[in-house]
Formats: sequence, C-alpha cells, structure tokens
Amino acid sequence: MPGVCPATMANGALNLTTHADNQSSEISTALPIHIQGLTKKFDQFYALDSVDLEVRSGEFLTLLGPSGSGKTTLLMAIAGFNRPDAGSIRFGESEMILTPPHRRNVGMVFQSYALFPHMSVAENVAFPLKLRQVSATESAERVAEALATVQLSDLGDRSIDQLSGGQRQRVALARAFVFRPRILLMDEPLSALDKKLREQMQIELKHLHEKLGVTTVYVTHDQREALTMSDRIAVINQGRLAQVDTPHVIYNQPANPFVADFIGESTMLPLTRDDSGRLFFEQHLIAADGPKDSGSDCSLVIRPERLFVIKDQAVDTEQTIVFSGVVRDFVYQGETAFALTSISDKHDLAFRFGTDASSSEHIMQPGDPVSLGLNRKDVIIIPRASEL
Amino acid sequence: MNSATGHDIDHKPMNGELLRAQDIREQRMLLSLASPALLMIVAIILIPVGWLFYLSFVGNDGQLSLEHYQKMIEYKSYARVFVTTFQVSILTTLICILIGYPLAYFLAILPQRIAGFFMLAVLLPFWTSLLVRTYAWLVLLQKNGILNDFAISAGIWDTPLKLVHNMTGTLIGMAHIMLPFLVLPLYGSMRKIERDMMHAAANLGATPIQAFWKVYFPLSLSGMVAGSLIVFVLCLGFYVTPAVLGGGRVVMVATQITAILENQFNWGAASALGVVLLVATIVILYAASRLFKLDTALFGKH
Repeated sequence: MPGVCPATMANGALNLTTHADNQSSEISTALPIHIQGLTKKFDQFYALDSVDLEVRSGEFLTLLGPSGSGKTTLLMAIAGFNRPDAGSIRFGESEMILTPPHRRNVGMVFQSYALFPHMSVAENVAFPLKLRQVSATESAERVAEALATVQLSDLGDRSIDQLSGGQRQRVALARAFVFRPRILLMDEPLSALDKKLREQMQIELKHLHEKLGVTTVYVTHDQREALTMSDRIAVINQGRLAQVDTPHVIYNQPANPFVADFIGESTMLPLTRDDSGRLFFEQHLIAADGPKDSGSDCSLVIRPERLFVIKDQAVDTEQTIVFSGVVRDFVYQGETAFALTSISDKHDLAFRFGTDASSSEHIMQPGDPVSLGLNRKDVIIIPRASEL
Repeated sequence: MNSATGHDIDHKPMNGELLRAQDIREQRMLLSLASPALLMIVAIILIPVGWLFYLSFVGNDGQLSLEHYQKMIEYKSYARVFVTTFQVSILTTLICILIGYPLAYFLAILPQRIAGFFMLAVLLPFWTSLLVRTYAWLVLLQKNGILNDFAISAGIWDTPLKLVHNMTGTLIGMAHIMLPFLVLPLYGSMRKIERDMMHAAANLGATPIQAFWKVYFPLSLSGMVAGSLIVFVLCLGFYVTPAVLGGGRVVMVATQITAILENQFNWGAASALGVVLLVATIVILYAASRLFKLDTALFGKH
C-alpha cells in the first residue's frame, strides 16, 4: 500500500485478543469461515467484488454497511441461498461453495423471522431436529432447553400469530441454534423491534453468543448495534470490505474516508504538506512527523465529542490544537448538545458535548465566538482519496 | 367557558350529541349505498327460491304433500342422477387440482410482471362464451374430430377413441372451464408465502422435497381448499357442458331438472330436485368450513 498515512499503519498492531478467542479452545462446535475472492455480479453491478474475509472460530463478526453495500448478499452466500460467480467459502477445512443450503448446517435468523405459521412455537423449534431424525425424547428435551435459553419456556404451545415481535424474534433464535450448528448467521434480526426492546436484545444476543460460543456472522446497517455487539466489525461498501477490525480500532482509527464517515459523527478537514513533510490544516500544524512515503493526500478526522471548549487562553499548544470560530448552529438534544462552528470560510467543525443540569451556561447562541481544543492524541489522519 | 378538558360543569361531553348524530348519519349513508344490492338479493334470490321451496311441497293434485320427495327415494334413476352429479363434481375438482397446482406454483415463482402475462393466458377463456368453448371441445374431441384424425394419421391409435358424448368428454370440458376458479385463489395464497419461508426450511436442513411438503404445501392449502370448494360447488349445478359433451349419457341434476320441465312440465318435481341439491351444497360447505376453518380460506383472515 504505497502512500498510506501513518495513523492507519498502526492498525495491525491493535488486533485485540477478544473474549471469544479465549473461549474458542474449549468449544468444539465453533468453526472458522474462510472466504476468498468471492464475487457476485447482478448484470453489470458487482454486489460482491472479490471479497476476502476470515471469520475466526467462535467470534462475533458484524457485517456493517449501508443498504445495497453487499452485506446481505455476502450473508446469503454463506448460507447458500445465492450462487456466487466466483470464489471460495470454507467452513473449517471443508469447501462449501457447491454445497446446497440444507447440507451446510448453519443456523440462521431471518430479518422477517420466517417462522412457520402452521406450526406451534415448539414445533417450529423442533423442526430442524425432526429433519435430523433426533429421537422424540431427546428432541423434546432440547426444545425445552432452547426455549428456556430464550426465556420462552411457557409459550411452547402457542401459535406464532399469538406472539409479540420480541417473542417471535426469540423463537427464531431458538430455532436457529437448537440443532447446535457450528455457525450462526443473523440478518438484521432486531430491525423490526422498537428501540428499547432492540437495545435489550442486543445485550441478550451478546450473552447468548458467549454462552453458545458459536461462530456468529451478524448483518446490520446500524453502526451503534455493530459497535455494541461485535468482537470485530467488517465494514462493507459497494461490494468490497472497507475495513475489518475491532470496534475500538474501527472507531478510533478508521482506514479511509468511508469508514470515518459511516461510523460515528465526524468532520473531515483536508491537510496540506510542507517541504519537510509536516501536515497542516490551514495555519494549524497537525502532525509534525509526516508520512515516510509521500504521494498521498491526507485528511484530518475529528470526532465531535473529542473537542472541548477552551475558556482561558493559556493552553499548551504542544498538547492541544486550538480552532477559533463562531457558532453557526446550536441544538440541545437532552444528554448532549451539538454545535456547528464555523472555523474558516470553507470549513465548519461539528462539536458535541455533555450537558449540565445545574446551569445553562453551556447553551450557545449562533454568532457566539468560541475556541475549541483538540488533544493531539485524538488526531486521526486518513488518506483523502478512498481506496475503494 | 373555563373548562379546558372538554367537560362542562354538568358533565355533558362538549358537542357529544352533535358528534354522535354525525356518526349515525354516516352509517345511514353507507347503508343506503348497499340497499340496491340488498333489494336485488331479496327480489331475485330469496323470493324465487322460497317459491320453489314451496312448490316442491305441493303435490300434482294441488295439495301439500311429500310425493316429489318420496318419488326421489323410490325411483333408482334419481339416485343415479345424484351419484353422477357428485362423481362429475369430485372428479372435475381432482383434475383441476392436478393441473392447477403445478400451474399456480409456476406462476407464483415467476417475477410478478411475467406472471401477469401468463395469468392472462389462464384468464383468457373467461372472456369467451361458455357455449363457444364447449362446442370447440366437441369439434376437437368427436369421432372424426381434430384430435382423432391427427392421432390416427400419426399412427398413435388405429380406431377413433370415444372422447366425447360420455364421461371422458364431460370431464375434459368441465376441467377446462373450472380451472381458473381453482388457479386464482391458489395463486393468491402462494404469492403470500414469503421466499424466506423456503430459505428457512432449507437452512434448517430440509431437502427441497421435504421443504415443499412440510412448509410450502401446508401454507398453500388454504388457497387450494377455497379454490376446490368453488369448483366443486359450481360443478354441482352445472348445465351446459355436461349436456353438450355428455351427449345424454351423463345426466346431472341440472340436466334432469330441464328434462322434467321440458317433458312433464312438472314444477313440483323439478323444484324438489333443486331443493335437494341446494341442501346438499349447504351441508357440504358447512362440513368443509368446520373441517378447514373456511373463513381463513375464503376471506383471507389470519
């Protein structure tokens, strides 16, 4: 990768050992997924463009991207519901690309839940066991156990249309893991639930994953959900992976403008380079040690919540970059407030800060002058031109 | 006016009576829209059927009697007519299911726009006269008809097959006419089956055949039952096709009623046949509704 900015080079060192990795040695059911060169074309449009992805044994990996990015296509390819044009999908050592879906032995939770309306809750959950010719007694035991895991023990005899959205979600989940698949796939399973229930289910799904230890691939377009639940996030855009890393790295060291923009709020400012390779935004020195290899233009990414108001002028500019400007817009949003601050003719800075119940001192008016500080350790520099 | 809650001092809801009056006016308006249809039903269904019902209990001497019903029990020919009627109706329904189910499935898996085009082909026969279609079959199937001529010249069979003026011809014609009545509700219920249902079945380990029998077929059953009942009930009272293609050998209730009226001008006997057919139909519909929860099938409730 020629001409890549220094901040992005640090990513490799930050591959955290996750909780799931520690567990994986004890759990025999989990399998890694190896995806190589996976390509799927619809007419002239590449839904998947030579995707390489390793899902580690037992990890919770989220495919995150906007609609039409290819994340669902990738999940469907893993489940076997579409036929890619090229590539390889291996579960552990076995090549799966030609295996029909009913022989892949992966659990899946559908966005629509896809529960069978002509069967009761218990019959739905028993369905995969029946197909595997599990004996009636064992089947009953495992169904009861699965329903208990999702806290629906009393509802086995209900019909599907008697259940609430959240309950259906749990039945779909129980049905997906009752046959002990080695891999669990979830396609935006929480998108139909209201906000409160969704946040509760996010925590429950995370606990369930820790309990089952099964390799999980989760699709969502909700970045907060991805950050909450995942061991690693694969950000996908236009059929390609933009970045694959832990939530911490994805948020704090985005690899390119797409990731910086898609995950969280951010302001991107163009940087210029002087002869000695130092990076400037207008008159502000941003990074003293420029990249080793020149050639790539860079941008400064600023997370709005990392900025702070500077009241006294005695700031250590070794530590802090100071942007002076004028408030253009101010929005009070309860736990936080948001100010758009004009720092030059062309550039605005988004600024978000926690509010204070005891005073209204923090409330700003358009036209107020303000100085915003950014700690140098919070500086994120990324290549300007997207590599995608 | 110091009350902001909508209640006066003497607890009368504000504008309550006016709002209720408006509500009643609206309901009357809606009722008046339905009244022509209600009048029609009373005038052309309830009154004539009631009259026929009465006639069936009037003997040839003008006195109230059960003689028409007694005759139906005494004479074997009447029993044969009812057996034939049910035989033709059941067989036609079965043939329609055999042909219609794969057809509806094919339509349901096509993209909506292409399916619309093929649906036209299914509906096209609806737009031609029943009589024309029935005589067209006569032309095709008769002894020196197109089918026999072609088969003999091609050496498929040597002597002309008897394809018409018998049960075979009747069933061919009836199935052709009834097919859309089965395909339409069946197609509707198949379209409602989400693609995810079959994906889920496969994902859980069902082979395509298992997925069809355990998931797809049960979910399409409501449409199939609705369509089959429509076909069956229409067949029970069908006249033209059995009369033309049966050639007098397939005597169904409707044919028999015509014969009685034409030959004997006996309204009482004809009415009694009609009443028995009506009662039989109602009993069958009732039994089916108990068996299959028909309100779901016919009115799409879930």
